[in-house]
Amino acid sequence: MMVTVDGVEVAAEQGQTVAAVLLRHGLISWRTTRGSGRPRGIFCGIGACHDCLVVVNGIPDVRACRRQVREGDDIRAQHGAELPS
Amino acid sequence: MRTADVVVAGAGVIGAACAEALSAAGLRVLVCDRGSPAGGTTASGEGNVLVSDKAPGPGLELAVHSRRLWPRLLAGLREELGPGPAEVEWEAKGGLVVATSDADAAGLGAFAETQRAAGVLVESVGADEASAMEPLLTRDATAVVHYPDDAQLQPVLAAGALLAAVRRRGGEVRGGVEVDGLVTDADGVSAAITSGGVVSCGAVVNACGPWAGRFAASIGAPINVEPRRGMVLVTAPLPDAVRHKVYDADYVGATTSGEADLRTSTVVESTRSGTVLIGSSRQRVGFDAALPVTVMRALARGAARLFPRLANVPVMRAYGGFRPYTPDHLPVIGEDLRVPGLWHVTGHEGAGIGLAAGTGRLLADLFLARPTETDPTPFRVDRPAIVEEPT
Repeated sequence: MMVTVDGVEVAAEQGQTVAAVLLRHGLISWRTTRGSGRPRGIFCGIGACHDCLVVVNGIPDVRACRRQVREGDDIRAQHGAELPS
Repeated sequence: MRTADVVVAGAGVIGAACAEALSAAGLRVLVCDRGSPAGGTTASGEGNVLVSDKAPGPGLELAVHSRRLWPRLLAGLREELGPGPAEVEWEAKGGLVVATSDADAAGLGAFAETQRAAGVLVESVGADEASAMEPLLTRDATAVVHYPDDAQLQPVLAAGALLAAVRRRGGEVRGGVEVDGLVTDADGVSAAITSGGVVSCGAVVNACGPWAGRFAASIGAPINVEPRRGMVLVTAPLPDAVRHKVYDADYVGATTSGEADLRTSTVVESTRSGTVLIGSSRQRVGFDAALPVTVMRALARGAARLFPRLANVPVMRAYGGFRPYTPDHLPVIGEDLRVPGLWHVTGHEGAGIGLAAGTGRLLADLFLARPTETDPTPFRVDRPAIVEEPT
């Protein structure tokens, strides 16, 4: 299946998490902290730490390690605190 | 500490405020908590310091008095402890009460009028003004009332600051230590039996919050204080989404209700870190700590009604806890005449954070036989709602 990552179409496989897709395409950071804008990516990988938050289909604060990709997902980096678009 | 002037059972915000006020008068205070200090009800709320949710009467008088005292108390703590330890995220952000039906609008208007007559600062807000004050608020509001004096603080930090002051004045705070019983002689209380040893003292303060009824019964002086469960949903941090304490006009009806069954009423506010807290629910189910999904749904729906943009905001977590409920919705603050030297300070239900400053002051004034700044009579222990068998 295909999803978009920051506007670029990339291939993904059924059953992969968003984090797996991002890592596979060489990304290690996809969020900035809301205080000082520091980079964040996967940390615990099991849904506990909320460090890997990402925007999927306009919904912010999605844990990349918990969400399985769906066809056509629009995935983009999250910059600090965001409201749903 | 083998001796103390006063042993306070319970290191929540109420026990901390009592201990602070007693230690300010030079008394040596030992505060014991069977868990960790500020780890019970104090850690389970939203940090409400409200004058908006009380009808005229003793509850409102104590709330207004306490609201005046909090900033002074915090200023004193800052001076004594320094700005870091005294930082409690105090925000005088004001409250907005929102009606979404014509019936609720009429009820809210009439209620606010009685508060205005009682001296509470109340401002009716038009639709445009409401949008300017709270840009994401529903456009379906039928009435909005602004209470400039409503405020918020972080309860665990507040209790911590109060307890730090107690320690600085020679008092002691012990977590993981339970008060198991009292020793009495002809003059009343002479010692507290704790899991950490016997402590000679002249008085014991029961500040066990929702567990105060159990503690009181265990020492042979039962009082009617029961747990009333509540739950809060927490969103991820949001950018400037909710600026005031915002709640539904049916909130006061929910707080003053007595039924055991579930009551929900929407309360929404941001914390300093940007997370939005969504309450509130009330249910009397004993100490059952479950967090039912049905309640979560009701809270989420309510929040999305007041703030439609919140509908797609993920909830990060939820927490629950117990409020100390009394049948007449008034706190208990006073000495137990059945056991001289035993004082009960509990029963603040969901208002304990806001009422803590005034409660600590009142307890210390009563204890030291000083003139009180608020009438203590409505809060006395030996009123029928508190000491008679529940019907």
